Amino acid sequence: MKFDISRVVELIAGDPQADRAVPPTGFTARLTLFTAGAMAFLAVFAMALSFATGRLADRWSSELARTSTLRISAPADQADAQVRAALAVLETTPGVAAARALTPDEQRALLEPWFGPDLPVEDLPIPQLIEIIEDGTGYDPTGLRARLQAEVPAAVLDDHTRWREPLIAAANRLRSLGWVAIVLIGASTGAMITLAAQAALAANAQVIRVMRLVGARDIYIARAFVRRFTLRALAGAAIGTFAGMFAVWLLPSADVAGGFLTGLGFQGVHWLWPLVIPPLAAVVAFFATRAAALRTLREQS
Amino acid sequence: MIDLDNVAYSYGGAELFSQVRLSLAAGSFHFLTGPSGAGKTTLLKLCYGELQATSGQVRLFGEDAAMMDRDAVAMSRRRIGVVHQDCQFLDHLPLTENIALPLTVSGREADAEANLGDLLGWVGLRNQAAQFPPQLSGGERQRAALARAVIMSPHVIIADEPTGNVDWEMSQRLLTLLVELNRMGKTVLIATHDMNLIRAAKSQVTTRVLRLKDRRLMQAGGEL
Repeated sequence: MKFDISRVVELIAGDPQADRAVPPTGFTARLTLFTAGAMAFLAVFAMALSFATGRLADRWSSELARTSTLRISAPADQADAQVRAALAVLETTPGVAAARALTPDEQRALLEPWFGPDLPVEDLPIPQLIEIIEDGTGYDPTGLRARLQAEVPAAVLDDHTRWREPLIAAANRLRSLGWVAIVLIGASTGAMITLAAQAALAANAQVIRVMRLVGARDIYIARAFVRRFTLRALAGAAIGTFAGMFAVWLLPSADVAGGFLTGLGFQGVHWLWPLVIPPLAAVVAFFATRAAALRTLREQS
Repeated sequence: MIDLDNVAYSYGGAELFSQVRLSLAAGSFHFLTGPSGAGKTTLLKLCYGELQATSGQVRLFGEDAAMMDRDAVAMSRRRIGVVHQDCQFLDHLPLTENIALPLTVSGREADAEANLGDLLGWVGLRNQAAQFPPQLSGGERQRAALARAVIMSPHVIIADEPTGNVDWEMSQRLLTLLVELNRMGKTVLIATHDMNLIRAAKSQVTTRVLRLKDRRLMQAGGEL
Protein backbone atom coordinates (compact mmCIF):
# COMPACT_ATOMS: atom_id res chain seq x y z
CA MET A 1 0.00 0.00 0.00
CA LYS A 2 1.38 3.38 -0.97
CA PHE A 3 1.97 5.69 1.98
CA ASP A 4 0.42 9.07 1.34
CA ILE A 5 1.54 11.66 3.88
CA SER A 6 -1.13 14.16 2.81
CA ARG A 7 -3.82 11.67 3.82
CA VAL A 8 -2.25 11.23 7.24
CA VAL A 9 -2.13 15.00 7.68
CA GLU A 10 -5.80 15.20 6.66
CA LEU A 11 -6.66 12.58 9.24
CA ILE A 12 -4.77 14.31 12.03
CA ALA A 13 -6.22 17.71 11.20
CA GLY A 14 -9.73 16.42 11.68
CA ASP A 15 -12.94 18.06 10.63
CA PRO A 16 -15.65 19.13 13.06
CA GLN A 17 -18.23 18.92 10.25
CA ALA A 18 -17.30 15.30 9.58
CA ASP A 19 -17.53 14.68 13.31
CA ARG A 20 -21.04 16.09 13.34
CA ALA A 21 -22.14 13.88 10.49
CA VAL A 22 -21.41 10.78 12.54
CA PRO A 23 -23.69 10.56 15.57
CA PRO A 24 -21.98 9.82 18.87
CA THR A 25 -22.16 6.18 19.87
CA GLY A 26 -22.17 6.01 23.66
CA PHE A 27 -21.11 2.39 24.01
CA THR A 28 -17.98 2.59 21.88
CA ALA A 29 -17.05 5.94 23.42
CA ARG A 30 -17.19 4.52 26.92
CA LEU A 31 -15.40 1.33 25.86
CA THR A 32 -12.54 3.25 24.29
CA LEU A 33 -12.22 5.62 27.22
CA PHE A 34 -12.25 2.79 29.74
CA THR A 35 -9.84 0.58 27.78
CA ALA A 36 -7.35 3.38 27.22
CA GLY A 37 -7.57 4.40 30.88
CA ALA A 38 -7.16 0.88 32.27
CA MET A 39 -4.33 0.04 29.89
CA ALA A 40 -2.50 3.26 30.68
CA PHE A 41 -2.86 2.55 34.40
CA LEU A 42 -1.33 -0.91 33.89
CA ALA A 43 1.37 0.51 31.63
CA VAL A 44 2.45 2.90 34.39
CA PHE A 45 2.93 -0.04 36.74
CA ALA A 46 4.75 -2.07 34.12
CA MET A 47 7.01 0.91 33.52
CA ALA A 48 7.60 1.38 37.25
CA LEU A 49 8.43 -2.32 37.58
CA SER A 50 10.82 -2.10 34.67
CA PHE A 51 12.64 0.90 36.10
CA ALA A 52 12.74 -0.59 39.61
CA THR A 53 14.20 -3.90 38.47
CA GLY A 54 16.59 -2.01 36.25
CA ARG A 55 17.84 -0.05 39.23
CA LEU A 56 18.09 -3.24 41.25
CA ALA A 57 20.14 -4.96 38.56
CA ASP A 58 22.38 -1.92 38.18
CA ARG A 59 22.93 -1.71 41.91
CA TRP A 60 23.72 -5.35 42.28
CA SER A 61 26.06 -5.36 39.34
CA SER A 62 27.87 -2.12 40.15
CA GLU A 63 27.94 -2.08 43.95
CA LEU A 64 28.49 -5.75 44.54
CA ALA A 65 30.68 -6.56 41.59
CA ARG A 66 33.72 -4.96 43.21
CA THR A 67 33.11 -6.14 46.74
CA SER A 68 33.51 -9.44 48.53
CA THR A 69 33.03 -10.61 52.09
CA LEU A 70 35.35 -12.62 54.28
CA ARG A 71 33.67 -14.37 57.15
CA ILE A 72 35.75 -15.34 60.20
CA SER A 73 34.06 -17.98 62.35
CA ALA A 74 36.46 -18.56 65.21
CA PRO A 75 36.23 -18.99 68.99
CA ALA A 76 36.07 -15.64 70.79
CA ASP A 77 39.63 -15.84 72.11
CA GLN A 78 41.03 -16.43 68.61
CA ALA A 79 38.78 -14.12 66.64
CA ASP A 80 40.92 -10.96 66.83
CA ALA A 81 44.06 -12.83 65.85
CA GLN A 82 42.32 -14.46 62.91
CA VAL A 83 40.94 -11.10 61.77
CA ARG A 84 44.37 -9.50 61.94
CA ALA A 85 45.88 -12.41 60.04
CA ALA A 86 43.18 -12.22 57.40
CA LEU A 87 43.67 -8.47 56.98
CA ALA A 88 47.40 -9.05 56.64
CA VAL A 89 46.81 -11.61 53.89
CA LEU A 90 44.44 -9.26 52.12
CA GLU A 91 46.85 -6.31 52.30
CA THR A 92 49.37 -8.29 50.32
CA THR A 93 46.91 -9.80 47.84
CA PRO A 94 47.20 -8.31 44.35
CA GLY A 95 43.89 -6.89 43.17
CA VAL A 96 42.57 -5.99 46.61
CA ALA A 97 42.25 -2.21 46.95
CA ALA A 98 41.04 -2.15 50.54
CA ALA A 99 39.88 -4.45 53.29
CA ARG A 100 38.33 -3.64 56.63
CA ALA A 101 36.53 -5.41 59.43
CA LEU A 102 32.93 -4.30 59.91
CA THR A 103 32.26 -2.54 63.19
CA PRO A 104 29.76 -3.97 65.69
CA ASP A 105 27.33 -1.19 64.69
CA GLU A 106 27.55 -2.15 61.02
CA GLN A 107 27.03 -5.84 61.83
CA ARG A 108 24.08 -4.88 64.05
CA ALA A 109 22.57 -2.89 61.18
CA LEU A 110 22.87 -5.90 58.89
CA LEU A 111 20.99 -8.08 61.36
CA GLU A 112 18.43 -5.47 62.34
CA PRO A 113 15.79 -6.47 59.72
CA TRP A 114 15.66 -9.96 61.29
CA PHE A 115 16.38 -9.38 64.98
CA GLY A 116 15.34 -5.81 65.50
CA PRO A 117 17.41 -2.96 66.97
CA ASP A 118 19.78 -3.12 69.95
CA LEU A 119 20.95 -6.66 69.30
CA PRO A 120 23.99 -7.33 71.58
CA VAL A 121 26.23 -8.59 68.79
CA GLU A 122 29.31 -8.33 71.01
CA ASP A 123 27.90 -11.05 73.31
CA LEU A 124 26.79 -13.40 70.55
CA PRO A 125 28.93 -15.92 68.64
CA ILE A 126 28.46 -14.07 65.40
CA PRO A 127 31.14 -14.36 62.73
CA GLN A 128 33.21 -11.26 62.10
CA LEU A 129 32.81 -9.91 58.60
CA ILE A 130 35.57 -8.29 56.56
CA GLU A 131 34.63 -6.20 53.56
CA ILE A 132 36.98 -6.53 50.61
CA ILE A 133 37.02 -3.90 47.88
CA GLU A 134 38.73 -4.86 44.66
CA ASP A 135 40.78 -2.58 42.48
CA GLY A 136 40.21 -2.31 38.73
CA THR A 137 42.02 -5.56 37.92
CA GLY A 138 40.35 -7.67 40.61
CA TYR A 139 41.91 -10.51 42.59
CA ASP A 140 42.18 -14.22 41.93
CA PRO A 141 39.57 -15.81 44.24
CA THR A 142 41.00 -19.34 43.87
CA GLY A 143 44.49 -18.19 44.85
CA LEU A 144 43.15 -16.12 47.76
CA ARG A 145 41.11 -19.05 49.06
CA ALA A 146 44.22 -21.23 49.00
CA ARG A 147 46.25 -18.64 50.96
CA LEU A 148 43.46 -18.13 53.49
CA GLN A 149 43.06 -21.87 53.99
CA ALA A 150 46.73 -22.06 54.90
CA GLU A 151 47.02 -18.93 57.03
CA VAL A 152 43.48 -18.23 58.35
CA PRO A 153 41.65 -21.57 58.52
CA ALA A 154 38.52 -19.97 60.06
CA ALA A 155 38.01 -17.62 57.06
CA VAL A 156 35.41 -18.24 54.38
CA LEU A 157 35.59 -16.06 51.27
CA ASP A 158 32.33 -15.08 49.64
CA ASP A 159 32.91 -13.19 46.41
CA HIS A 160 29.10 -12.81 45.86
CA THR A 161 29.33 -14.29 42.37
CA ARG A 162 27.38 -17.34 43.35
CA TRP A 163 24.19 -15.42 44.15
CA ARG A 164 24.84 -12.09 42.46
CA GLU A 165 24.84 -13.35 38.87
CA PRO A 166 21.49 -15.19 38.95
CA LEU A 167 19.93 -12.24 40.77
CA ILE A 168 21.19 -9.80 38.18
CA ALA A 169 19.97 -12.13 35.42
CA ALA A 170 16.58 -12.37 37.13
CA ALA A 171 16.36 -8.61 37.58
CA ASN A 172 17.31 -8.02 33.96
CA ARG A 173 14.74 -10.55 32.83
CA LEU A 174 12.12 -8.87 35.00
CA ARG A 175 13.04 -5.53 33.43
CA SER A 176 12.62 -7.03 29.96
CA LEU A 177 9.29 -8.52 30.99
CA GLY A 178 8.18 -5.08 32.12
CA TRP A 179 8.85 -3.67 28.65
CA VAL A 180 7.25 -6.69 26.99
CA ALA A 181 4.19 -6.05 29.18
CA ILE A 182 4.10 -2.46 27.94
CA VAL A 183 4.24 -3.62 24.32
CA LEU A 184 1.48 -6.15 24.99
CA ILE A 185 -0.60 -3.49 26.71
CA GLY A 186 -0.15 -1.28 23.63
CA ALA A 187 -1.13 -4.12 21.31
CA SER A 188 -4.18 -4.94 23.45
CA THR A 189 -5.18 -1.30 23.43
CA GLY A 190 -4.91 -1.28 19.65
CA ALA A 191 -6.99 -4.46 19.39
CA MET A 192 -9.70 -3.17 21.70
CA ILE A 193 -9.89 0.15 19.93
CA THR A 194 -10.04 -1.64 16.58
CA LEU A 195 -13.03 -3.64 17.84
CA ALA A 196 -14.69 -0.51 19.19
CA ALA A 197 -14.07 1.33 15.91
CA GLN A 198 -15.49 -1.57 13.92
CA ALA A 199 -18.55 -1.60 16.15
CA ALA A 200 -18.96 2.13 15.62
CA LEU A 201 -18.56 1.74 11.86
CA ALA A 202 -21.09 -1.09 11.77
CA ALA A 203 -23.52 0.93 13.88
CA ASN A 204 -23.14 3.84 11.46
CA ALA A 205 -23.43 1.86 8.21
CA GLN A 206 -26.44 3.91 7.15
CA VAL A 207 -24.65 7.18 7.91
CA ILE A 208 -21.70 6.01 5.85
CA ARG A 209 -24.02 5.07 3.00
CA VAL A 210 -25.61 8.50 2.99
CA MET A 211 -22.27 10.27 3.12
CA ARG A 212 -21.04 8.22 0.18
CA LEU A 213 -24.21 8.93 -1.72
CA VAL A 214 -23.53 12.65 -1.53
CA GLY A 215 -19.90 12.30 -2.63
CA ALA A 216 -17.88 11.90 0.58
CA ARG A 217 -14.47 10.37 0.04
CA ASP A 218 -13.38 7.46 2.24
CA ILE A 219 -10.77 9.62 3.88
CA TYR A 220 -13.43 12.16 4.89
CA ILE A 221 -15.60 9.47 6.48
CA ALA A 222 -12.64 7.77 8.15
CA ARG A 223 -11.46 11.10 9.53
CA ALA A 224 -14.58 11.50 11.66
CA PHE A 225 -14.00 8.11 13.29
CA VAL A 226 -10.22 8.41 13.55
CA ARG A 227 -10.31 11.82 15.17
CA ARG A 228 -12.99 10.77 17.62
CA PHE A 229 -11.25 7.57 18.70
CA THR A 230 -7.84 9.22 18.88
CA LEU A 231 -9.14 11.93 21.20
CA ARG A 232 -11.01 9.39 23.33
CA ALA A 233 -7.89 7.24 23.67
CA LEU A 234 -5.81 10.30 24.53
CA ALA A 235 -8.27 11.40 27.20
CA GLY A 236 -8.68 7.90 28.65
CA ALA A 237 -4.94 7.27 28.70
CA ALA A 238 -4.27 10.63 30.34
CA ILE A 239 -6.72 9.79 33.13
CA GLY A 240 -5.27 6.28 33.52
CA THR A 241 -1.70 7.54 33.48
CA PHE A 242 -2.22 10.15 36.16
CA ALA A 243 -4.17 7.67 38.28
CA GLY A 244 -1.34 5.17 37.86
CA MET A 245 1.31 7.74 38.75
CA PHE A 246 -0.68 8.73 41.82
CA ALA A 247 -0.97 5.06 42.86
CA VAL A 248 2.77 4.55 42.37
CA TRP A 249 3.46 7.69 44.37
CA LEU A 250 1.35 6.28 47.21
CA LEU A 251 3.47 3.11 47.39
CA PRO A 252 5.80 2.93 50.43
CA SER A 253 9.32 4.03 49.69
CA ALA A 254 12.23 1.62 49.77
CA ASP A 255 13.81 3.13 52.88
CA VAL A 256 10.71 2.76 54.97
CA ALA A 257 10.23 -0.84 53.83
CA GLY A 258 13.58 -1.93 55.11
CA GLY A 259 16.40 -1.34 52.76
CA PHE A 260 16.49 -4.45 50.60
CA LEU A 261 13.88 -3.67 47.97
CA THR A 262 14.79 -0.81 45.72
CA GLY A 263 11.21 0.41 45.76
CA LEU A 264 8.57 -0.09 43.05
CA GLY A 265 8.35 3.45 41.83
CA PHE A 266 9.92 6.17 39.81
CA GLN A 267 12.93 8.21 40.78
CA GLY A 268 14.00 11.58 39.43
CA VAL A 269 13.50 12.05 35.71
CA HIS A 270 11.89 8.63 35.50
CA TRP A 271 8.70 10.34 36.70
CA LEU A 272 8.54 11.97 33.26
CA TRP A 273 8.45 8.66 31.40
CA PRO A 274 4.77 7.82 32.08
CA LEU A 275 3.85 11.09 30.36
CA VAL A 276 4.64 9.47 27.01
CA ILE A 277 1.84 6.94 27.57
CA PRO A 278 -1.15 9.18 26.60
CA PRO A 279 0.39 10.35 23.30
CA LEU A 280 1.46 6.78 22.56
CA ALA A 281 -2.08 5.57 23.24
CA ALA A 282 -3.35 8.27 20.87
CA VAL A 283 -0.92 7.13 18.18
CA VAL A 284 -2.01 3.51 18.66
CA ALA A 285 -5.67 4.57 18.47
CA PHE A 286 -5.00 6.69 15.40
CA PHE A 287 -3.45 3.88 13.40
CA ALA A 288 -5.82 1.19 14.73
CA THR A 289 -8.92 3.23 13.89
CA ARG A 290 -7.55 4.38 10.57
CA ALA A 291 -6.78 0.82 9.49
CA ALA A 292 -10.16 -0.43 10.73
CA ALA A 293 -12.07 2.44 9.10
CA LEU A 294 -10.41 2.23 5.71
CA ARG A 295 -10.67 -1.56 5.65
CA THR A 296 -14.35 -1.47 6.61
CA LEU A 297 -15.09 1.24 4.07
CA ARG A 298 -13.40 -0.84 1.37
CA GLU A 299 -15.43 -3.88 2.39
CA GLN A 300 -18.70 -1.96 2.51
CA SER A 301 -18.36 -0.65 -1.04
CA MET B 1 -22.82 12.54 -19.44
CA ILE B 2 -23.47 8.91 -18.58
CA ASP B 3 -23.17 6.07 -21.08
CA LEU B 4 -23.82 2.37 -20.67
CA ASP B 5 -22.44 0.22 -23.45
CA ASN B 6 -23.57 -3.40 -23.66
CA VAL B 7 -23.78 -3.57 -19.88
CA ALA B 8 -24.78 -6.67 -17.96
CA TYR B 9 -25.26 -7.12 -14.26
CA SER B 10 -25.48 -10.39 -12.38
CA TYR B 11 -26.13 -10.97 -8.72
CA GLY B 12 -25.47 -14.26 -6.98
CA GLY B 13 -24.85 -15.92 -10.34
CA ALA B 14 -28.21 -14.86 -11.76
CA GLU B 15 -28.25 -12.34 -14.57
CA LEU B 16 -30.45 -9.35 -13.75
CA PHE B 17 -30.10 -7.74 -17.16
CA SER B 18 -27.71 -7.67 -20.09
CA GLN B 19 -27.00 -5.94 -23.41
CA VAL B 20 -28.07 -2.64 -21.91
CA ARG B 21 -27.23 0.39 -23.97
CA LEU B 22 -28.10 3.79 -22.59
CA SER B 23 -26.82 7.27 -23.25
CA LEU B 24 -27.89 10.16 -21.06
CA ALA B 25 -27.09 13.23 -23.11
CA ALA B 26 -26.80 16.66 -21.53
CA GLY B 27 -30.21 18.22 -20.95
CA SER B 28 -32.17 15.04 -21.70
CA PHE B 29 -35.11 13.78 -19.66
CA HIS B 30 -35.54 10.03 -19.26
CA PHE B 31 -38.00 7.82 -17.48
CA LEU B 32 -37.11 4.25 -16.58
CA THR B 33 -40.02 1.90 -16.06
CA GLY B 34 -40.48 -1.80 -15.61
CA PRO B 35 -41.95 -4.35 -13.27
CA SER B 36 -40.77 -4.69 -9.71
CA GLY B 37 -37.58 -6.69 -9.49
CA ALA B 38 -36.60 -5.97 -13.09
CA GLY B 39 -33.48 -4.14 -11.91
CA LYS B 40 -34.41 -0.46 -12.20
CA THR B 41 -32.70 0.51 -8.96
CA THR B 42 -29.65 -1.56 -9.88
CA LEU B 43 -29.46 0.17 -13.25
CA LEU B 44 -29.63 3.56 -11.52
CA LYS B 45 -26.85 2.49 -9.13
CA LEU B 46 -24.68 1.64 -12.12
CA CYS B 47 -25.39 5.13 -13.43
CA TYR B 48 -24.05 6.83 -10.30
CA GLY B 49 -21.21 4.42 -9.64
CA GLU B 50 -22.51 2.67 -6.56
CA LEU B 51 -22.31 -0.68 -8.37
CA GLN B 52 -19.91 -2.01 -10.97
CA ALA B 53 -21.23 -3.70 -14.11
CA THR B 54 -20.53 -7.41 -14.44
CA SER B 55 -19.62 -6.83 -18.07
CA GLY B 56 -19.77 -4.03 -20.59
CA GLN B 57 -18.68 -0.50 -19.97
CA VAL B 58 -20.19 2.30 -17.88
CA ARG B 59 -18.77 5.74 -18.58
CA LEU B 60 -19.35 8.52 -16.09
CA PHE B 61 -18.57 11.89 -17.66
CA GLY B 62 -16.34 10.15 -20.20
CA GLU B 63 -14.43 8.03 -17.68
CA ASP B 64 -14.67 4.27 -17.54
CA ALA B 65 -16.27 3.59 -14.15
CA ALA B 66 -14.41 0.28 -13.85
CA MET B 67 -11.09 2.12 -14.05
CA MET B 68 -12.01 4.84 -11.54
CA ASP B 69 -10.53 4.69 -8.07
CA ARG B 70 -12.71 5.23 -5.04
CA ASP B 71 -11.92 8.93 -4.82
CA ALA B 72 -12.80 9.41 -8.47
CA VAL B 73 -16.15 7.70 -7.94
CA ALA B 74 -16.81 10.02 -4.99
CA MET B 75 -15.91 13.03 -7.13
CA SER B 76 -18.25 11.89 -9.92
CA ARG B 77 -21.07 11.53 -7.41
CA ARG B 78 -20.74 15.21 -6.65
CA ARG B 79 -21.81 15.81 -10.24
CA ILE B 80 -24.81 13.51 -9.90
CA GLY B 81 -27.70 14.38 -7.60
CA VAL B 82 -29.53 11.29 -6.37
CA VAL B 83 -33.03 11.17 -4.90
CA HIS B 84 -33.98 7.88 -3.26
CA GLN B 85 -37.47 6.67 -2.59
CA ASP B 86 -36.59 6.40 1.12
CA CYS B 87 -34.68 9.70 0.96
CA GLN B 88 -31.74 8.55 3.10
CA PHE B 89 -31.19 11.34 5.59
CA LEU B 90 -29.05 11.60 8.68
CA ASP B 91 -31.76 11.72 11.31
CA HIS B 92 -29.60 13.37 13.97
CA LEU B 93 -28.97 16.44 11.83
CA PRO B 94 -31.53 19.19 11.15
CA LEU B 95 -32.94 19.57 7.67
CA THR B 96 -30.61 22.41 6.70
CA GLU B 97 -27.51 20.38 7.54
CA ASN B 98 -28.90 17.37 5.68
CA ILE B 99 -29.55 19.41 2.58
CA ALA B 100 -26.12 21.03 2.85
CA LEU B 101 -24.36 17.67 3.37
CA PRO B 102 -23.02 17.41 -0.22
CA LEU B 103 -21.40 20.84 0.21
CA THR B 104 -20.09 19.89 3.64
CA VAL B 105 -18.38 16.69 2.48
CA SER B 106 -16.90 18.64 -0.46
CA GLY B 107 -15.35 21.23 1.85
CA ARG B 108 -17.68 23.94 0.55
CA GLU B 109 -19.58 24.72 3.76
CA ALA B 110 -19.36 28.43 3.00
CA ASP B 111 -21.54 27.98 -0.10
CA ALA B 112 -24.33 26.51 2.01
CA GLU B 113 -25.12 29.89 3.59
CA ALA B 114 -25.65 31.46 0.18
CA ASN B 115 -27.65 28.63 -1.38
CA LEU B 116 -29.78 27.20 1.39
CA GLY B 117 -32.32 30.03 1.71
CA ASP B 118 -33.25 30.06 -1.97
CA LEU B 119 -33.24 26.29 -2.18
CA LEU B 120 -35.54 25.87 0.81
CA GLY B 121 -37.86 28.44 -0.73
CA TRP B 122 -37.79 26.64 -4.10
CA VAL B 123 -38.87 23.33 -2.53
CA GLY B 124 -41.24 25.05 -0.11
CA LEU B 125 -39.53 24.02 3.10
CA ARG B 126 -38.48 27.36 4.61
CA ASN B 127 -40.63 26.77 7.69
CA GLN B 128 -39.21 23.28 8.22
CA ALA B 129 -35.55 24.33 8.07
CA ALA B 130 -34.82 23.62 11.73
CA GLN B 131 -36.75 20.37 11.88
CA PHE B 132 -35.21 16.93 11.87
CA PRO B 133 -36.01 14.38 9.14
CA PRO B 134 -38.25 12.16 11.30
CA GLN B 135 -40.46 15.22 11.92
CA LEU B 136 -41.17 15.70 8.20
CA SER B 137 -44.01 14.27 6.12
CA GLY B 138 -43.32 11.98 3.16
CA GLY B 139 -43.72 14.79 0.65
CA GLU B 140 -41.54 17.14 2.64
CA ARG B 141 -38.83 14.50 2.84
CA GLN B 142 -38.95 13.95 -0.92
CA ARG B 143 -38.64 17.68 -1.57
CA ALA B 144 -35.81 17.89 0.92
CA ALA B 145 -34.09 14.97 -0.83
CA LEU B 146 -34.48 16.83 -4.12
CA ALA B 147 -33.01 19.97 -2.57
CA ARG B 148 -30.03 17.97 -1.32
CA ALA B 149 -29.63 16.39 -4.75
CA VAL B 150 -29.38 19.74 -6.50
CA ILE B 151 -27.44 21.84 -3.97
CA MET B 152 -24.13 21.03 -5.69
CA SER B 153 -25.65 22.12 -8.98
CA PRO B 154 -25.02 18.68 -10.47
CA HIS B 155 -25.10 17.90 -14.15
CA VAL B 156 -27.37 14.89 -13.72
CA ILE B 157 -30.34 14.24 -11.43
CA ILE B 158 -31.21 10.59 -10.81
CA ALA B 159 -34.40 9.86 -8.91
CA ASP B 160 -35.54 6.41 -7.81
CA GLU B 161 -39.32 6.30 -7.37
CA PRO B 162 -39.39 9.88 -6.08
CA THR B 163 -43.19 9.91 -5.96
CA GLY B 164 -43.62 6.43 -4.53
CA ASN B 165 -44.66 7.61 -1.09
CA VAL B 166 -46.55 10.80 -1.86
CA ASP B 167 -50.01 11.74 -3.10
CA TRP B 168 -50.78 12.90 -6.63
CA GLU B 169 -50.66 16.57 -5.76
CA MET B 170 -47.21 16.19 -4.23
CA SER B 171 -46.14 14.10 -7.24
CA GLN B 172 -47.09 17.01 -9.45
CA ARG B 173 -45.09 19.45 -7.32
CA LEU B 174 -42.04 17.21 -7.45
CA LEU B 175 -42.41 16.73 -11.19
CA THR B 176 -42.63 20.47 -11.66
CA LEU B 177 -39.36 20.90 -9.78
CA LEU B 178 -37.66 18.20 -11.86
CA VAL B 179 -38.94 19.74 -15.09
CA GLU B 180 -37.63 23.13 -13.95
CA LEU B 181 -34.23 21.56 -13.37
CA ASN B 182 -34.30 20.00 -16.82
CA ARG B 183 -35.13 23.37 -18.35
CA MET B 184 -32.03 24.70 -16.60
CA GLY B 185 -30.06 22.17 -18.62
CA LYS B 186 -29.81 19.34 -16.11
CA THR B 187 -30.04 15.76 -17.31
CA VAL B 188 -32.84 13.91 -15.51
CA LEU B 189 -33.36 10.17 -15.13
CA ILE B 190 -36.36 8.99 -13.12
CA ALA B 191 -37.24 5.40 -12.30
CA THR B 192 -40.96 5.09 -11.67
CA HIS B 193 -44.00 2.84 -11.86
CA ASP B 194 -46.27 5.85 -12.07
CA MET B 195 -47.59 6.07 -15.66
CA ASN B 196 -49.66 9.13 -14.83
CA LEU B 197 -46.48 10.91 -13.79
CA ILE B 198 -44.87 10.03 -17.12
CA ARG B 199 -47.91 11.27 -19.04
CA ALA B 200 -47.90 14.49 -17.03
CA ALA B 201 -44.22 14.98 -17.77
CA LYS B 202 -44.69 14.34 -21.50
CA SER B 203 -47.09 17.23 -21.64
CA GLN B 204 -44.42 19.58 -20.24
CA VAL B 205 -41.10 18.40 -21.61
CA THR B 206 -39.59 16.13 -24.23
CA THR B 207 -38.97 12.80 -22.57
CA ARG B 208 -37.64 9.44 -23.52
CA VAL B 209 -39.25 6.50 -21.78
CA LEU B 210 -37.26 3.29 -21.32
CA ARG B 211 -38.58 0.00 -20.14
CA LEU B 212 -36.57 -2.66 -18.35
CA LYS B 213 -38.24 -5.99 -18.90
CA ASP B 214 -37.13 -9.57 -19.43
CA ARG B 215 -33.52 -8.60 -18.71
CA ARG B 216 -33.40 -6.09 -21.54
CA LEU B 217 -33.72 -2.30 -21.74
CA MET B 218 -35.89 -1.06 -24.56
CA GLN B 219 -37.77 1.98 -25.71
CA ALA B 220 -41.27 1.97 -24.19
CA GLY B 221 -44.03 1.38 -26.68
CA GLY B 222 -47.58 2.56 -27.25
CA GLU B 223 -48.90 1.70 -23.81
CA LEU B 224 -48.08 5.27 -22.87
